[in-house]
Amino acid sequence: MKYVDEFRDPAVISGVAREIAREVDPARHYRIMEVCGGHTHSIYRHGLRDVLPENIELVHGPGCPVCVLPTGRVDDGLGIASRNHTILTCFGDMMRVPGTRGTPLELKARGADIRMVYSPLDALKLAQQNPDKHVCFFAIGFETTAPSTALTILRAQALGVKNFSVFCNHVTIVPAMRAILDSPDMRIDGFVGPGHVSTITGCRPYEFVASDYGKPVVVSGFEPLDIMEGILMILRQLHAGEAKVENQYKRIVPWEGNAPALRAMATVFELRPYFEWRGLGFISQSALSIKPALAQFDAEALFEIPGVRVTDPRGAQCGEVLKGVLKPPQCKLFGTECNPEHPIGALMVSSEGACAAYYRYAVHAETVTT
Amino acid sequence: MCLAIPGRVVGLNPEQPLLARVEVGGVQRNVNVGLLEDGVADGDWILIHVGFALSKIDEAQAEDQLRMLRGMGEDELAIEEIRGYSFADVNGEHDEIRR
Repeated sequence: MKYVDEFRDPAVISGVAREIAREVDPARHYRIMEVCGGHTHSIYRHGLRDVLPENIELVHGPGCPVCVLPTGRVDDGLGIASRNHTILTCFGDMMRVPGTRGTPLELKARGADIRMVYSPLDALKLAQQNPDKHVCFFAIGFETTAPSTALTILRAQALGVKNFSVFCNHVTIVPAMRAILDSPDMRIDGFVGPGHVSTITGCRPYEFVASDYGKPVVVSGFEPLDIMEGILMILRQLHAGEAKVENQYKRIVPWEGNAPALRAMATVFELRPYFEWRGLGFISQSALSIKPALAQFDAEALFEIPGVRVTDPRGAQCGEVLKGVLKPPQCKLFGTECNPEHPIGALMVSSEGACAAYYRYAVHAETVTT
Repeated sequence: MCLAIPGRVVGLNPEQPLLARVEVGGVQRNVNVGLLEDGVADGDWILIHVGFALSKIDEAQAEDQLRMLRGMGEDELAIEEIRGYSFADVNGEHDEIRR
């Protein structure tokens, strides 16, 4: 319990931990997936593993945008930066994600014009300031981020900007959860549902998990107490023989989501027939592309994108870790060749990546039960 | 990546209805409020993500969210993100775009 001092209220946490301990059936093994990388980060940062009973296994979900982006898409995006008179922009998280020929940061050091932005609107402004260049925004993220990209494209249209495009890699969380539920080697008893994604989508999209698969989903916040409460609510549903969607994060997540954001997404994007996810493979209708009516802002319509599939670097088992089949320390490269200073796989890059979370908070000794 | 940063609205410009000036940890920048159904008023608290207000919250929720960021060790990153927004002018001055 080394991080217990940082808990909002250690007494309350201990109280919930005791309730969880009372609730669990010692004869049963529970596999609970936290969908968000933000949850994974919080769980390891706060040492929550140490306050949970051993027969509750936490499985890390796919909710880390840079982690699920396959290397081929990174290469495709970086290819845009090699065009003449082109500025490629991306979020800070992307800058250290390895492509086949290096990370965006390394390519920048070799002369490519790649710049970090904090908002897609920064990329649009850069386009306005550099009328003789083309500015492309390398868009990644789940539903939390997609509406911002959508509004930026609509803004570019309203302003009549001609030298701006988006390389769209936005993905949606529900098809990934369905793929995990359909995967024969995954047995998940319940989900700690996404926090900030749900501020946009609301809680309704998860209802199929309860109705079609009979598994509880509890949308939860990111503080230790939130996650512990989420787990307790899942256990209570399991033991009552129930499966429903509950909202532990009511203070931030409205049940119906954010209507203007959903409208903006519907105006700008359409579902791709399929999209490749690192580790999970091709998932149908799991990602967004820009509608043909806005093709002038779509990098995939403007430029030739090779679309080559690239396997994970030799020895790296990012895919297995992303699926929850392996824990990070079970990967042959974990902590040796692959570490936060020299990430080989994307899961070691972002603070939301399971490998980076494990590494930073040094829980190499966790009991592995898979 | 999925940071949602709480900020307080400290200024509105009728000529730029899509923007609101917010303050986060002493740093003031403009953010886009196009994703909010009913716009914002001076003094409102909002959750910010990549330059856009995601939702309106109350002060207690804002404190909650700030404590969460602190707990995750991401409060500095959050302020760095706000400081990094350069798409809108603040006080008529152009913010620098980092190279």
